[in-house]
Amino acid sequence: MTEKLVVRHLSAWFGKTRALRDINLGIAANRVTAIIGPSGCGKSTLVRCLNRMHEVVPGARAEGEVMLDGEDIYAPTVDPVDVRRRIGMVFQKATPFPTMSVQDNVAAGLTLNGASLSRIERDRIVEQSLRRAALWEEVRDRLNRPGTSLSGGQQQRLCVARALAVEPEIILMDEPCSALDPISTARIEELLLELKESYTIVIVTHNMQQAARTADFTTFMYAGDLIEFGETKQIFTNPSRRETEDYITGRFG
Amino acid sequence: MTGGLSPAYRRRHKYRKLKSNCMVGLTVLATVIALVPLFLVLGYLVSKGASSLNWDFFTKMPAPVGQSGGGMANAIVGTFELVGLAGLMGIPIGVGAGIYLVENRGRWLAQLVRFAADVMMGVPSIVIGIFGYAVLVRPLGGFSTLAGAVALAIIMIPLVTRTAEEMILLVPHELREAALALGVPRWRTTVSVIVRAAASGIATGVILAIARVAGETAPLLFTAFGNRFWSTSLTQPISSLTVQVYTYAISPFADWQRQAWAGALVLTAIVLALELGVRWVTRGNVRVAR
Repeated sequence: MTEKLVVRHLSAWFGKTRALRDINLGIAANRVTAIIGPSGCGKSTLVRCLNRMHEVVPGARAEGEVMLDGEDIYAPTVDPVDVRRRIGMVFQKATPFPTMSVQDNVAAGLTLNGASLSRIERDRIVEQSLRRAALWEEVRDRLNRPGTSLSGGQQQRLCVARALAVEPEIILMDEPCSALDPISTARIEELLLELKESYTIVIVTHNMQQAARTADFTTFMYAGDLIEFGETKQIFTNPSRRETEDYITGRFG
Repeated sequence: MTGGLSPAYRRRHKYRKLKSNCMVGLTVLATVIALVPLFLVLGYLVSKGASSLNWDFFTKMPAPVGQSGGGMANAIVGTFELVGLAGLMGIPIGVGAGIYLVENRGRWLAQLVRFAADVMMGVPSIVIGIFGYAVLVRPLGGFSTLAGAVALAIIMIPLVTRTAEEMILLVPHELREAALALGVPRWRTTVSVIVRAAASGIATGVILAIARVAGETAPLLFTAFGNRFWSTSLTQPISSLTVQVYTYAISPFADWQRQAWAGALVLTAIVLALELGVRWVTRGNVRVAR
């Protein structure tokens, strides 16, 4: 199995507070990798380090290597903007751009990057991205309505479509379902299984059932350390570390 | 309903009701008193000004002393020219500085600029006029439209800067991250996502700043000075409604005084129209501001 991303000796700080301590991790191509752990353990920080979004927060910095297809995205010659085009992200809160329609939202990643698309090309990308995000059937009649007029679950899938439109290789999801109802959550989870055919997916989740349902690999983190990493089945049925077992059996966290 | 309650309770209840009504009455009275001057001013303006207001007022030049009739065409055009030029200078600088303040919140320069803008807003406008006189009128060798517009722009800049900053800050932080995560460069994120989301709020601040300087007299006395003749030249003194109203109002001629009322009415109408413009711009704001 090829590893799409390899994290080596990654540490991250917010000002003087250390949020990640020497993380080593390989993320398999075309698989779903889940990151679980209690609040504040560094899950979000870790995924945000994977596409250089961590450094967007004032005072935040990261050290170490993240190899994308063998190239370090933290190398001094690498532009973080290029990294983010190859590694997309979906956040906890759905964030459609309020000034844009549904279709403008989907195309935003392209148009804001100065791509000059013909009407036909644009429509094709919008439709294709919305289809992949399993939203097309629901919004095909209201492509010109504001993105914020959709329901919460639809807005989140709109954000997935927006991330897909720039054709990334990896999609990072930071608790994408924590603000959604069970039906919308189920739709996103179905979507994950479809998307992993063409993309590599990393999902941060609070919900252990979600990790068990969707992920091929699971990482357990605690207090900035990566405690255990392995196949999801093994992590949930036969964890090798005491902390992992305590967490998944609900003894803490 | 109160049938089962004791007489003592009913008395207390009555007393509380009376107290409540008294307080409501007092607040209504205070509101009415606060509004009285506003309506007095407007009513007085209309009653005094409307009779002198006719087509000539908008199209004719001021009549020579002793001759009745004439208008303030030059002053109306002058006001628009001064305010327009001030806007051309003040709005881009103000919005730009507002963006800078948001993008660089922690920096010492941002803090200095924010502090300076707050101080500038408190500076009396006559001081700005004298400043304009010393820095522009004297070196350039005379009163001019340009000097007047610069003085007005100096008043606009801190107003626009601070409202732009406040409005941009209202845009949720998540939107910025969402755009950056799509691989959009920072400058493009700021311009096309953040500022665009704040656009109606910024427009409000801009219109309020325009309304504010349209009514300024003091800074123009020392810079644009005023002109009884037609002039749109940047390097010549130019007439404005405020200065014209001031000149006419303190004159001993009844005809001029009547025209001053009409000028004041027109000026008020312009400011009122701008305020209505704000309402129109912000009408759909509930969704954007969240």
